[in-house]
Amino acid sequence: MTNLQKIGSYALTVLKYLSLVFFSFVAIIPVVSCVITAFKTDTEYQNTNVMVFPESWLYFENFVQAFERANMGRGFINSIIILVSVLVISTFVGTQLAYVLNRFKFPGNGLIRSLFLFASLLPGVAMQVSLYAIMHGMGFINSLWGYIILMCGTDVISIYIYIQFFENISISLDESAIVDGASYFTIFYRILLPLLKPAIVTSCILKGVNTYNEYYAANLYLQDKKLLPTVATSLYTFVGPLGSKYNLICAGVIISLLPALVLFITCQKQIYSGLTSGAVKG
Amino acid sequence: MAAMTQVSMKKKRTLGEWARSRDGQKVFVMVAFMIIPLVLLFVFTYLPFAEMFGFSFYNMKYIGERKFVGLKNYIRVFQRDDCFSALKNSLYYMGGSVVQLALALYLATVLSFKVKGGSIFKGFMFFPYLINGIAVGFIFKFFYTRGFVFDTVLQWFGFELENLPYWLKDQSINNISLVGTSVWRYFGQNMVLFIGAIMSVDSELYEAAMLDGANRFQQFMYIILPSIKTIIVLNVILSITGSLSAFEPPYVITSGANGTGTYFVIMHEIAHTQQKVGVASAMAIILLMIIFAATILQKLFFKYVFRSAEDEDLNATARRDKKLAKLAARKAGR
Repeated sequence: MTNLQKIGSYALTVLKYLSLVFFSFVAIIPVVSCVITAFKTDTEYQNTNVMVFPESWLYFENFVQAFERANMGRGFINSIIILVSVLVISTFVGTQLAYVLNRFKFPGNGLIRSLFLFASLLPGVAMQVSLYAIMHGMGFINSLWGYIILMCGTDVISIYIYIQFFENISISLDESAIVDGASYFTIFYRILLPLLKPAIVTSCILKGVNTYNEYYAANLYLQDKKLLPTVATSLYTFVGPLGSKYNLICAGVIISLLPALVLFITCQKQIYSGLTSGAVKG
Repeated sequence: MAAMTQVSMKKKRTLGEWARSRDGQKVFVMVAFMIIPLVLLFVFTYLPFAEMFGFSFYNMKYIGERKFVGLKNYIRVFQRDDCFSALKNSLYYMGGSVVQLALALYLATVLSFKVKGGSIFKGFMFFPYLINGIAVGFIFKFFYTRGFVFDTVLQWFGFELENLPYWLKDQSINNISLVGTSVWRYFGQNMVLFIGAIMSVDSELYEAAMLDGANRFQQFMYIILPSIKTIIVLNVILSITGSLSAFEPPYVITSGANGTGTYFVIMHEIAHTQQKVGVASAMAIILLMIIFAATILQKLFFKYVFRSAEDEDLNATARRDKKLAKLAARKAGR
């Protein structure tokens, strides 16, 4: 390498790291400012610039206040009920559907796949106009179970993750079990489902994040904010008269994203691979 | 004797026997495993879709009488100024998604090679994707407030507060501010997708290119870009249809005030606040038709552009299915 080339490659490296640092900064600064503000007392919040660090990082009063005022305890209980039910139901429903679509050849197989694909292309917000009337007709307004069933019904991505995974499980496994006289139920529950575990973990993480963060349908169908808030919709409490107390609001926001943060730190790899496996392979 | 009974059994099976046979079991399993997802799909997607189509011909509210008005709702949508200005707003979102994709592609390329602290950078940039929409709304209301976070940061870099606009009120800039939040939220997710695609490229290709003396830029142009062409095209298609149906940033940050209302924000308002269900349904149907038309046009366009590559492909249908699957997966990931 000549000297000029060396200088050029150094400059490129510097530029590369500068851009990475810059965009990481852009990505976290809104969240960091929120963390800073969440630790400020009312007087501190009013008298200091938002980016000045709080006097004490141990001032948790805002978090306590936000948690109580926004009824977040209730929100966490509801969110957990919703999350567990949706994940259990949609795992069974999704894996079973994928099993049939992947292992059985029958007229209509392609049609069913297309129906699910087409459904996923319809923008959700547009559908809510008439969906609201249907939910109303079924008595699903202000019903936790109604909302849970709705959330199970709109799932498409996990079906595709499962179908892809089934494609990689040899069909000779099924065939030898059939020779041994096993029923299709036995084959599915005893043999295939355990093998599907990595795919289930991946799709549950993705689906879990989406369900936990869902707020539009939750706001529309779980209108009773005293009894039926989720963590996401409980934040709506801060829209009204509390709208300018940002130290309180920021604390609420931080509480609401803590579970996602913990999940992210512990399951980073699965989240990335989940996102890519549905999209990239093939 | 035994042989004879067997033969007759094969000819005439009673229902019970059929049910116990392999074929019967197969049908039973298929029905048992598919009934729930199909019912859910029908009730929560296709039924509302059909109903919405029906609603669009009526003057109605959610509760009470409905009156058939033919195409009047559709005409009314075209007469409303707010609907048209809303579609104009989607141009901002299209611009934003171009920036977002270019940025994601650049960062993905950089992070696909050895970088110190790469996973930390990646984590920082991806995390916004995991924050719920309402929280994003509050974070950015706070971020853009006069004299708060954004203004302070700009002042660090030497800007004067007097010269800075009101990010959410000033109509010449507020749509760009909102698009910025959407780019902020999704560029990391796009980046992770692109990294996945780049990683699936055979690493021997890079080594061979290095030996041939190709520099980083050439590697990008001639190895990376062609290999991940499909996923980029898919993202372009998605971002255009996504821009037409942009909803979240204005809904949670400005509630559509000061000329930031996108088409769906206005539709949501008409449907749930004013309860003009017929008009809102007509709006939804019109936008869906625009989106489908746009999707088909883009597909034709890209098919034309990449025809030479497609021609070599014997498994064209299988490929199309996979593309559709990717499209759906990405959409659902959003």
